[in-house]
Amino acid sequence: MWRDHLTEIIVFTFLFLLVSVMGFVAARWRAPNDMAHLDEWGLGGRSFGGWITWFLVGGDLYTAYTFVAVPALMFGAGAAGFFAVPYTIVIYPLVFLVLVRLWSVSHRHGFVTPADFVRNRFDSPVLALLIAITGIVATMPYIALQLIGIEAVLKTMGVTGDNALARHLPIIIAFAILAAYTYQSGLRAPALIAFVKDSLIYIVILVAIVYLPYKLGGWGDIFAAADAKFDASPNPNDGILLNGNNQLQYVTLALGSALALFLYPHSITGVLASKNRDVIKRNMSALPAYSLLLGLIALLGYMAIAAGVKPLPGAKEGTVDNNTVVPLLFDQQFPDWFAGVAYAAIGIGALVPAAIMSIAAANLFTRNIYKEYLKRDASPAQEANVSKITSLVVKVGAVACIVFLDPQFSIDLQLIGGVIILQTLPAVALGLYTRWFHRTGLIVGWAAGMGLGMWMLYQVASPTRKHFGGSAFPLSEFGFDTTRTIYVGIVAVAVNLAVAALVTLALRAAKVAEGVDGTEPDDYFADEGDPRVTPGTESDAASAREPVA
Amino acid sequence: MAAPEPEAPSAAPTRAKDHSPWNWLLFIPIVVPLIPVFFNGDSPRVFGFPRFYWLQLAYILLGVATTTLVYQMTKKRGGS
Repeated sequence: MWRDHLTEIIVFTFLFLLVSVMGFVAARWRAPNDMAHLDEWGLGGRSFGGWITWFLVGGDLYTAYTFVAVPALMFGAGAAGFFAVPYTIVIYPLVFLVLVRLWSVSHRHGFVTPADFVRNRFDSPVLALLIAITGIVATMPYIALQLIGIEAVLKTMGVTGDNALARHLPIIIAFAILAAYTYQSGLRAPALIAFVKDSLIYIVILVAIVYLPYKLGGWGDIFAAADAKFDASPNPNDGILLNGNNQLQYVTLALGSALALFLYPHSITGVLASKNRDVIKRNMSALPAYSLLLGLIALLGYMAIAAGVKPLPGAKEGTVDNNTVVPLLFDQQFPDWFAGVAYAAIGIGALVPAAIMSIAAANLFTRNIYKEYLKRDASPAQEANVSKITSLVVKVGAVACIVFLDPQFSIDLQLIGGVIILQTLPAVALGLYTRWFHRTGLIVGWAAGMGLGMWMLYQVASPTRKHFGGSAFPLSEFGFDTTRTIYVGIVAVAVNLAVAALVTLALRAAKVAEGVDGTEPDDYFADEGDPRVTPGTESDAASAREPVA
Repeated sequence: MAAPEPEAPSAAPTRAKDHSPWNWLLFIPIVVPLIPVFFNGDSPRVFGFPRFYWLQLAYILLGVATTTLVYQMTKKRGGS
């Protein structure tokens, strides 16, 4: 079986080993005097300029799973899968407005994680702990999903085995290498590898969108083939356009996913690693190039329909694995060596976000659990060390999820992850603008949003499953007389905000202490070269406030 | 979603670079792509793409144009 794909496997392996070497060399790239500091290992020295940030954040947000799952969704459901495009348009103005403020206040106070900010802003270690745990729990399944991206490729190349261990061995090896160079080089490794990953992806997609429509009879024929497939299917909600039932779901999913994406710890890590405000703002104009790429990648799902691709069987008897449609399309339509390049693009595409996510999760653990609760007086070197070890643990956990559990479990968890990370919006995103909310109000609101979100997700059925069947919640469950659906996360975060506001009003009336704001209005505009920033010393809420120069 | 509240301009107003009215323009690429009436149709087709697809891809340009404009209009001049 795999012998038919020998050329592909050789090209894939060669490119994979190339980036592995780069990952280890990265430790010496833009090398600092002292690597034993969380700012260096976990944020690349907060020194990345425009180009590096573009590759790093682009490689971070547009993951291998996105590249595999979005066209798979288009292949299966049609227009509904295109939500990825408005989703990745809406996010940049939001980052421009909100995360630039987070960068400034973090630069000023030496924050490494969003929970660091929340702790200082609201003077509440409990709220910070909740934000940190939410971030870690939401990130873990996302890392596991990157493995599914690699597996889809390996499966297509025929690299499978008879038992679980043999089937997963290539992934275990790949992740062991990834873990080793992330341990050594920190954020510099994915930053350097992102150059290769993104270049490969751009080449593959540009070739695909010119060459494949030419082979398949043009865009008109591709859309016609997709239309015919959805017309013939019994599902009323598929098609190349949206219908009355799923429009609300489409826009709320796009907005909710955008809000969720920039709250994910790995996005924030990417943003905090840039060297000044201008780098971030300029990138908000340049990063949408990836959105165009994603839109075109989404359409690969329709090309697979036009090319008559039949997805490979899934893990369970009688199911199909739609995630294999894009690798199969490449296998069928491209010469072997180029299919190998395309597979390497997807495989390496999994490594960059997986590395950044594990670093982000490790930073959350180190700063907001280890330093807060286990070792208050940890030195910067100890912090960096704990983060390095935690990043290993996180990756072992992700591999274990895929090897020992049904991959569907990771997909479910990631669905939940998007909803739960949204529940940090009031504290993190609105907290950057206002301290109006009471810290206890935010905690109660968080709990309400989490509870409601989980309940709603549990209620969503799909044709194949009774629970956790997706994120489109039928409004009829709330007693509305309609067949419309809405994205769970948006409802949950709205309730979260309402509860937080009500509890805030009640606590304020009762004059419950609100704690001290560790930040000043001025901090939200601080930029590179701010005279008040003294690298490496400032990290505690209790530190004295210097007079504004 | 609550609109961002303006901060009290008491402390060092010269630093308050984020308060430019140009920032309000950023709500255009947040709101417009989320109105299905505009994009949810088949005609007119462009290069074989139904409106649903080409218009949403075109919104990317709307986003780029807006963020670029706002950046140019709000960036500090001279400065270090």
